[in-house]
Amino acid sequence: MTPRQRRWIFLVAAAGMLVFYLWGLVGLPGFGHYPGPYGDIINAVAVGQTHATGVVSAVNFEYRGFDTLGEEFILFTAATGVATVLRHLREERDTAAEDENSDRQVPVTSDAVRMVTLAFIGPTLVVGWYLATHAQTSPSGGFQGGVVLATAFVLVYLAGQFIVFKRLSPVDLTDAVDAIGAGSFAVIGVAALGTGAAYLANFLPLGSSPGAVNSAGTIALISFCVGIEVAAAFVLIAGELLEQTLIIREGDR
Amino acid sequence: MDSLLPLAVVVPLLGAAGISTANPLFGHRRWLLDAVAILVAAAVTGMLVTIMLGTVGGQRVYWFAGFPPVHGVALGIDFAVDQLNAGLAALTALLVTAALVFSWRYFERVATYYHALMLVFLAGMVGFCLTGDIFDLFVWFEVMGVAAYALTAYRIEERGPIQGALNFAITNSVGAYLSLSGIALIYGRTGALNMAQIGQAIAGHPPDGLVVVAFLLILMGLLTKASVAPFHFWLADAHAVAPTPVCVLFSGVMVELGLYGIARVYWSMFAAGLGHQASITAILLSLGVLTAVVGALFCFRQRHLKRLLAFSTINHAGLFLIGIALLTPLGLAGAAVYVLGHGLVKAALFLCVGIVLHRLGSINETSLHGRGRRLPLTGAVFLLAALGLADLPPFALYLGAGWIGHSGDSLGMHWITAVVMLTSALVGAAVLRVAGGVFYGIGDPPSEDPHMAEEASEETSETDEAKGRTPLSMIVPPAVLVGLAIAAGLLPHLGSLVQSGAVRFQDQAAYNATVLAGAQLAHPVAIMPTEDAAPTLTDVITGLGTVAASLVLALISLYWRRLPVLRRGYEPGTGLVGPIRRFQSGVVNDYVTWIVIGLACLGGALAFTIIR
Amino acid sequence: MHVFPFVVVAWILIVGLYGIITSRHLIHQIVCLIVVQSSTYVLLLGVGYKTGAVAPYFYDIPPNTPAVDPVVQALALTDVVVEAAVTALLLAFAVQAHKRFGTLDPEELRQFQG
Repeated sequence: MTPRQRRWIFLVAAAGMLVFYLWGLVGLPGFGHYPGPYGDIINAVAVGQTHATGVVSAVNFEYRGFDTLGEEFILFTAATGVATVLRHLREERDTAAEDENSDRQVPVTSDAVRMVTLAFIGPTLVVGWYLATHAQTSPSGGFQGGVVLATAFVLVYLAGQFIVFKRLSPVDLTDAVDAIGAGSFAVIGVAALGTGAAYLANFLPLGSSPGAVNSAGTIALISFCVGIEVAAAFVLIAGELLEQTLIIREGDR
Repeated sequence: MDSLLPLAVVVPLLGAAGISTANPLFGHRRWLLDAVAILVAAAVTGMLVTIMLGTVGGQRVYWFAGFPPVHGVALGIDFAVDQLNAGLAALTALLVTAALVFSWRYFERVATYYHALMLVFLAGMVGFCLTGDIFDLFVWFEVMGVAAYALTAYRIEERGPIQGALNFAITNSVGAYLSLSGIALIYGRTGALNMAQIGQAIAGHPPDGLVVVAFLLILMGLLTKASVAPFHFWLADAHAVAPTPVCVLFSGVMVELGLYGIARVYWSMFAAGLGHQASITAILLSLGVLTAVVGALFCFRQRHLKRLLAFSTINHAGLFLIGIALLTPLGLAGAAVYVLGHGLVKAALFLCVGIVLHRLGSINETSLHGRGRRLPLTGAVFLLAALGLADLPPFALYLGAGWIGHSGDSLGMHWITAVVMLTSALVGAAVLRVAGGVFYGIGDPPSEDPHMAEEASEETSETDEAKGRTPLSMIVPPAVLVGLAIAAGLLPHLGSLVQSGAVRFQDQAAYNATVLAGAQLAHPVAIMPTEDAAPTLTDVITGLGTVAASLVLALISLYWRRLPVLRRGYEPGTGLVGPIRRFQSGVVNDYVTWIVIGLACLGGALAFTIIR
Repeated sequence: MHVFPFVVVAWILIVGLYGIITSRHLIHQIVCLIVVQSSTYVLLLGVGYKTGAVAPYFYDIPPNTPAVDPVVQALALTDVVVEAAVTALLLAFAVQAHKRFGTLDPEELRQFQG
């Protein structure tokens, strides 16, 4: 189809599709009138059963932990896929890949940017760590914490130190950490099998007060492993993508 | 025994994670990498066969994290396993094992990524088969998808894999997001994500807009994965460029998983709630017939061996959909047996093509003419597999075709047998033409396809340099798979086993009760009359007829230039080239447009027939 | 007001699909795919909302307070992060496409036809 034909055909088909979709959507109970029962029952029993006050994390890492395992492995696979697709071929290894506009004068990172980003690395790491370890208490969790942790590494790049960034996160190491994080989640589940319970059952002590840091058994542990895995995956992805446009700048060696 | 159920998914995941972790250790010892991967895949195959044998007595349900349902409300995720989905999962694991054994000597150098990706792919497929929760189905669908996209793009030295991977990824992602929209819709109505619970919740009421829309949207991702027309365009692009062992999995099981998903979603969730069986049969049948015809026609005109096999998969996907669309136990049983036979035979065909690529360095049918005489063993296996694909008894495929035909006859649709035979004959003719031309030098090479020459020449870097002998690890897997296909067709109790499985699969009330209440309702086999479970003479005759037609067509196309014809120089199928090129354009924008067109048309058809 | 968020869902989906279909640049096409998935997030979260309810975190409120549905929030949460990674994979494909084909126009990627 030519682009013009395609556009018109799409507009006609999309009109039909829109009508069809809306016909289904109006059958929903109105916005604000969630009918239950899944969410309501979980809200009622989660705190008592898991001693976690963050019910969303309880759903993620306990009630529907098996889903989360799958999602985590999607992340692992996507990161592995990025490393596969952007791997260095023998021919490419010898010549540094050049940016199209490398004849343009690339501005050196200004001191202001450098100072601010370096100053932020520490706090970002702390916040990321906090988020990854407090899934059971507050709106946080492994996924959120992991992304923030990865951001700390990207800040190193922004400070103009790509070489340092690369040295901090070689592909083999981040791939291994990624795999360890993902594998730990699966292993925790198998450990539950070892105690005679179902896969991914919460077999660690639940703690006395709901919402404390040492409560909720495996939820906290799994969340931490997920945090590590997500951080490693995103650092791997960022590193691979950035390396493709490596610009060796004179002043930064 | 129940602990095997989660382990069937977790073991390959741990294998992939373990391989990636130990990457530095494996770097120099490639054989260790292959051995670990093959062992893991073989172990999973063993687990799944054990699980399947354990389901003969009744469906097994496993609740994760120790949260069984409370008063009919599911709190957690479950695996609901019966003969059909355990059998499909076992077939998947078997083909992955075969592909990994084949890859041992097939790749010159391979990073650990390949084995990790294959194991994650296996885990995703097994999880997809066994789960009883609709969102979990979506999650494993995505796991399968992402691993498949990365594996398709594996050979980054060439241009083709990137295009194939992009087309594959974008079309399947659009389908997946439409499915997720459907899941959200049905969740909004029922407040449940467990298939049995949803089925129970919508069963009592007549279908309204939301149920119909949710049904079709959930089906969209599955139809795209199953390469049903008009959502099929990505398959040929992906097959042409993915490494051969990966194509084995795409054609052998991944497409079939999409069809299984359709059957599962319909019978576990929507069958009682939608009703209107005749309308749904009509709509799905038309899709199936369209797919089968499109696949067969496009297949016949191909000269690129892998694309030829890809289109034959599309044709068979259409035939499987016809079997499912009949909505009878015999139709479903026919589709299941057909899937089993087809998976084994198609895998063998792809592996033989891989051997051809490895030894002769080309997959262009025209340039390969006669050169395959150096590979007598491969030629023999390929020929056997080609005959099996054309429904030769005793390969299991003829049973599938026969039962689907029977079921159609019992519903008064006698044309179904004709469609099955004709399209199978066309596809069989194409593959037999390849067998005769490439491996035995019969007849004349087919006409050159100008686009083909430049595509096919890029394939050579997939494998090792051509060696003098085909390694054992490359010829044994296809031979074993062909042997298994013959053995499956000869199994004495295959008929009753698969049929009882199909009856159970379609019994929504029993499924709901088993999953939600742990009860094992007596399977109402008496309610649905068991149709003929043993291979009948009609099946054998139908199979032989299809093979005969394929042989005749293949010989005609091989000797075309020597036959006295009215117009010299005319090649059959020339008139098709233009339309084929226009439709299968390689541009992903077109493919997504077809998805929208298909969705709008199907939506209109469903809306008008179900809501009067 | 009952139905407006869901109309927005349908609109986002159509706009995203329009973007994919008329796109002449792979990066734009991949971002439109993100837009398509965003419509599913809005749908999921919209379905789980309860008027007058709080977020399902009971750290400093009594556990029986009416709260919105935590399940869809959990689903959307993991989906967002996963989608970012899958998009990264597609963008890696785009980088390779640029290297091999020299262009990022989907119309020009016609290595295979027919």
